[in-house]
Amino acid sequence: MILAAVTPPEQLLERLPLVLRDLVTGFFPEPLRWLVASLLAIVAILAVFGLLFAFLTLAERKILGRIQNRPGPNRTGWFGLLQPFADGIKMLTKEDIVPRAADQLLHFLAPVVLVAAALMTFAVIPYGRHLVPVELDAAVLYFFAAGAATELVVFMAGWASHNKYALLAAMRALAQFISYELPLLLSLVPVVMLTGSLSTTGIVAAQAGWKWSLIPHWHVFTPWGFAGFAIFMVAALAESNRSPFDLPEAESELIAGHLTEYSGFKYALFFMAEYFGMTALSGMAVTLFLGGWQAPLPFLQFIPSYAWFGLKLLALLTGFIWIRATFPRLRMDQLMHFAWKFLVPLALLNLGTAAFWEFTHDWSGPLQLARWALALAFVAGPFVALGRRLTAGLGPRQYTYAAA
Amino acid sequence: MAVIPVQRQPLSLAERTYVPQILAGLRVTLRHFFAPNVTLSYPEQRPAIPPGYRGVPTLVKDPLGREKCVSCQLCEFVCPPKAIRITPGAIPAGTPAAHVEKAPQAFDIDMLRCIYCGLCEEVCPEEAIFLQNQFSMSGYSRDEMVNHKDRLYELGGTLPDSHFKWDKKKEAAAHGNAH
Repeated sequence: MILAAVTPPEQLLERLPLVLRDLVTGFFPEPLRWLVASLLAIVAILAVFGLLFAFLTLAERKILGRIQNRPGPNRTGWFGLLQPFADGIKMLTKEDIVPRAADQLLHFLAPVVLVAAALMTFAVIPYGRHLVPVELDAAVLYFFAAGAATELVVFMAGWASHNKYALLAAMRALAQFISYELPLLLSLVPVVMLTGSLSTTGIVAAQAGWKWSLIPHWHVFTPWGFAGFAIFMVAALAESNRSPFDLPEAESELIAGHLTEYSGFKYALFFMAEYFGMTALSGMAVTLFLGGWQAPLPFLQFIPSYAWFGLKLLALLTGFIWIRATFPRLRMDQLMHFAWKFLVPLALLNLGTAAFWEFTHDWSGPLQLARWALALAFVAGPFVALGRRLTAGLGPRQYTYAAA
Repeated sequence: MAVIPVQRQPLSLAERTYVPQILAGLRVTLRHFFAPNVTLSYPEQRPAIPPGYRGVPTLVKDPLGREKCVSCQLCEFVCPPKAIRITPGAIPAGTPAAHVEKAPQAFDIDMLRCIYCGLCEEVCPEEAIFLQNQFSMSGYSRDEMVNHKDRLYELGGTLPDSHFKWDKKKEAAAHGNAH
């Protein structure tokens, strides 16, 4: 955790993490303090995101339940709050079965590496004004490099299981993840271009301030930022293997996909890594497009920055769950078409929109209106045109019914 | 064979962008999120059983606490899966229940065989066997899943009818006009 530039009047609540850190590191001799501080950050991340994962599973089951007009888990503890712990105990005490034909080492390694890779991505997200576990100049690059390791691991799991369903699902997963990695990265290139920084703190700092003390300077409130955010979130859905892009786990076709031969705690690790991945990508989306830890309105700044980050993160995660409850799964060919014929061109064109936005930033008065109209047209035009191309040749179908 | 061509409306621009449909879907799920539950917390809350429900078959007694079953074995013969087994026995004269000649010595219904068809209830000339409201049967062994006579009467209870058909017949026989 590194001290960012401190604005003069700061409340205790905002500085609380720093105060706590200094309190603990104060017990250690000076040469060891950096190490203790790093360990503290690791412990904090593990504790916070471990608990978030636990309660996210509960929230998901509750929300899915409510959307299906049923209460969801409500037996363990008040409101089912102890459900994650009951699940955890169940997972830990279950028998861990390894198929005889499986590659023992890879089969064991896959879930471990997956969780490690998923956790690594948490290191560079700025959780608050003073809460960046690792301040890297190329943090965005690091984040997606670490996140890309999960693709390898999914194939590792499928291959090591020595199971046809696992292998087929792993191949699907690999194709899906690689395809969606492209729009995911392309959608954030404009952010890097316009802020001129690969550092997450730099990107958040660039989104500070308000227009007319009302509209925050978040990237999502610009045409290119909105398009980028939408593309990023769709690609993030696919990257985190969530419905409607959960084809690798299409249980009607592939049993449980690459998780077929995993049981007990190893399965729990996969599950955990999936949620970690989702949380990390949401955190990155908040950082890149939703202003990171910045408050939405000036008078709301008294609420500490990490609370704002948490709220935005939870909002996005709820959105993930909401989407899962709403949309049916895509077919494999639709999935590939959607990535390559729709999202990738849109993300590429979005670079142009961002460039236009940047070069016209001194337009004022009526030109400002023209700037908005043109930029919106750059976003909406290709969207409509490409969307029509996507289904061209597929319809209209001729339906005939036999008369009675 | 006649063919009915179905007119397919071309999609509007808004429909082609697919955005209104996505939002409509999200709105539907959101509406259900705030809608009340349609489920019951089962073991505590029980569903209301509609009249005419065919639950576990049971034997009933008349309001005087006498067995209604006369062990005619019609239900045993009609039972499609042969779930019912009756051992008839005579009722010794002089006992308070001796309004008829016979009663079942043993009456077993194998609930692993029973298909809840209700034919036994339909065929019974004495209105002695009824499929009532109980719907959950469980046990740890096959033997536990066989309902014996005691259990059947315990489940069945009393049928509050006041025909007392056999009492009337006995009285008529005493006055010399048996039929």
